[in-house]
Amino acid sequence: MKVKVKVRRFNPEQDRRPYWSEYTVEAEPTDRVLDLLVYIKGYLDGTLTFRRSCAHGVCGSDAMVINGRNRLACKELVKDTGRQVVVEPLRGLPVVRDLVVDMEPFFRKYRSILPFLINDEPPPYTERLQSPEARERFDDTTKCILCAACTTSCPSFWANDSYVGPAAIVQAHRFIFDDRDRGAQARLAILAEADGVWRCRTIYNCVDACPREIDITTAIGEVKKLMLVEG
Amino acid sequence: MIHRFDVIVVGAGGAGLMAALHASARAKTAVISKLYPVRSHTGTAQGGIGAALGNMEEDHPEWHIFDTIKGSDYLADQDAVKIMCEEAVEMVYDLEHMGLPFDRTPDGRIAQRPFGGHTNNVTKQPVRRACHAADRTGHMILQTLYQQCIKNNVVFFDEYQVLDLLVNDEGRVAGVTALHIDSGELHVFHAKATIFATGGFGRLWKITSNAYALTGDGVAIAYRRGIPLEDMEFYQFHPTGILGLGILLTEGVRGEGGVLINGLGERFMPRYAPTVKDLASRDVVSRAIYLEVRAGRGINGKDYVYLDVRPETVNKYFEQDGIKNPDGTPRRITAQDIRRKLPDISDFCKTYLQLDPIKSPLPIQPTAHYAMGGIPTNVNAEVVVDSRNTVLPGFYAAGECACVSVHGANRLGTNSLVDILVFGRRAGQNAAAYVAHADWPALPAAADGPARAALDAIRGGTGREVVAQIRADLRALMMDNVGVFRTEALLAEALSKLADLKERYRRISIMDKGKRWNTELLEAWELGCMLDLAEVTARAALTRTESRGAHFREDFPERDDVNWLKHSLAYREADGQIRMDTKPVTLGLYEPAKRVY
Repeated sequence: MKVKVKVRRFNPEQDRRPYWSEYTVEAEPTDRVLDLLVYIKGYLDGTLTFRRSCAHGVCGSDAMVINGRNRLACKELVKDTGRQVVVEPLRGLPVVRDLVVDMEPFFRKYRSILPFLINDEPPPYTERLQSPEARERFDDTTKCILCAACTTSCPSFWANDSYVGPAAIVQAHRFIFDDRDRGAQARLAILAEADGVWRCRTIYNCVDACPREIDITTAIGEVKKLMLVEG
Repeated sequence: MIHRFDVIVVGAGGAGLMAALHASARAKTAVISKLYPVRSHTGTAQGGIGAALGNMEEDHPEWHIFDTIKGSDYLADQDAVKIMCEEAVEMVYDLEHMGLPFDRTPDGRIAQRPFGGHTNNVTKQPVRRACHAADRTGHMILQTLYQQCIKNNVVFFDEYQVLDLLVNDEGRVAGVTALHIDSGELHVFHAKATIFATGGFGRLWKITSNAYALTGDGVAIAYRRGIPLEDMEFYQFHPTGILGLGILLTEGVRGEGGVLINGLGERFMPRYAPTVKDLASRDVVSRAIYLEVRAGRGINGKDYVYLDVRPETVNKYFEQDGIKNPDGTPRRITAQDIRRKLPDISDFCKTYLQLDPIKSPLPIQPTAHYAMGGIPTNVNAEVVVDSRNTVLPGFYAAGECACVSVHGANRLGTNSLVDILVFGRRAGQNAAAYVAHADWPALPAAADGPARAALDAIRGGTGREVVAQIRADLRALMMDNVGVFRTEALLAEALSKLADLKERYRRISIMDKGKRWNTELLEAWELGCMLDLAEVTARAALTRTESRGAHFREDFPERDDVNWLKHSLAYREADGQIRMDTKPVTLGLYEPAKRVY
């Protein structure tokens, strides 16, 4: 079938303002939106610019706005988008070129919550023991691929880009609820600041946006609750 | 712009990050990567990392060593295998100490599952050796290593494409030239030690599990700078890629009890591997699938078979085979077990096949997956440049781009993750030790000249050939002619057609003449790397007139230890022609024997 793909374009080297390009592509219902973009770049318009790598929803390169919702282009199939596909860059991060946004502000927030195991106790020669139940406690938030789909879907983040955002809170949750970690207090202190968890208004856009189906709002809620208990 | 670091690491997957962690502890180090580190392909590894912890049943590093050597069809260098399998145990504990969230046994230890070719050497039955975090073990390894790099303030140059290895007049390696993708400017990285951890090149084939990024840049750059490539004829096809897409469905599916079923509804692997059946090594299983399809026993006579992990199927064969849990009770699985242990696999099948693995068998075909060959190194991860293993000082390689060789003619599942950690660490440690006493190699004059000329040539091209079309033709050719089954006629035809493709490549042009984020330019440059590596692969495959591991010649169907128990080396001559040579295999532990699973 024929699919019409409309892409928001902007190349700061030559464009004064963003514009739309339209392409018509022959596609199967099982094709990924990424397949359409790759075809366009290869055969119709080599200047169309986007990130991609693994093409099956694991590396997190190709988050973008597809028909108004934050999606990975490699996990969104034509059978679900229909014959009209509108593609835009993620909102709330500076556009570098076309669908490529500057990820550095996003990774800065990620780094701010101390995203590494904190535990100075000397480990045993073999593994530290951890019960399957303790491991399960933070399983959901270990799935995060740092694609930024959640953070850039969040109206609180759009309104105030100093908000740490759902992805960084998910990453903090992964350590705070790991019983091998000793850094919860430090992370909670960071997240208790004005740009921390309390900017979350439980709008649930992040849950819809997450390609890994992480229950992000629940994770944020658990961090908030712990903060109140520990506070 | 010129940067100066004691150690430059190129690539930020598992091998690169491990090297960077260890090098940066003692030397001024930077990592250059064309992707953000967390986008690297290590993150797509699924089933597990092999280490003989013995957490679930008896196991020993010696058994892991033997399985790896047998899996390699006796082409692996046995001293390197011994190091890898022994250090694997410590590496897994290190990862746990760094915070990696492994799945756990009821008593809190790291959980392990069976994987292809990993056996109890006494009973010959599959052994639980693959340490796992659900079916996203690679994702957790990549994230954990990146977290440690953040903790240790490792310096990153993200989204820089390395284009050239700098070799000066004295023949010393002096760093790299890289393109800053965002600005389009060339940067020279002057270094005492350069570590390549640039990954593989599965994009050479039409059906592949590999990410778009895996175009073999690092391997091609080394080759163009006169470093021979080792064992390039050995390329692994993973048996279970999603039909048409090539997306990997981990061997862990079979580790959890999944079986391969042909068009007659028959479980066919017992005919090819009577003892370990569906858990034979990958070369054996991929060939078996092709043979079933050729015999007209594909699904509906087509070119694929089923991977069946429905609980009723799995439990039927568990019962038939008398499979037991570690405590001696009969092993059984439930739908919930599959969802819990294989969540990503379930998600991939739902997204890309619209199938639930609990309810439907999954259509699969072999998918181009892993390069056993690459840049030759010794066990210290130092690059070696001839059949006498002469070291090229200041240049290191680790991970898939390197050939130590621990995988020989066929890699066992889980061993790539062991390889990147063990030899990534060795590369980092040895590079740091080297730079402590080495003086600075002189930068070549106009160091970025060759890279600039290469990009300008592409930018200035005015021909009518289309990069995407040449790439598609290349990938189809490699799939048809340089795949699982090979013959002299197929390979000779491949070489002739590759020459045509290279000729067409000289006549390309691109639309995008800009600087910022010019990925059209980079894709065109990457295609040049792919063409070089395809030619070396086909030529090495034509030269090796025997069948061993992943390299199967229908016109030479037997292994030939008299003439071919040796590594191949492919040199690029000044005129661009390929010269083939060989180098001895290091034995010493196990004499080559017939390989039966």
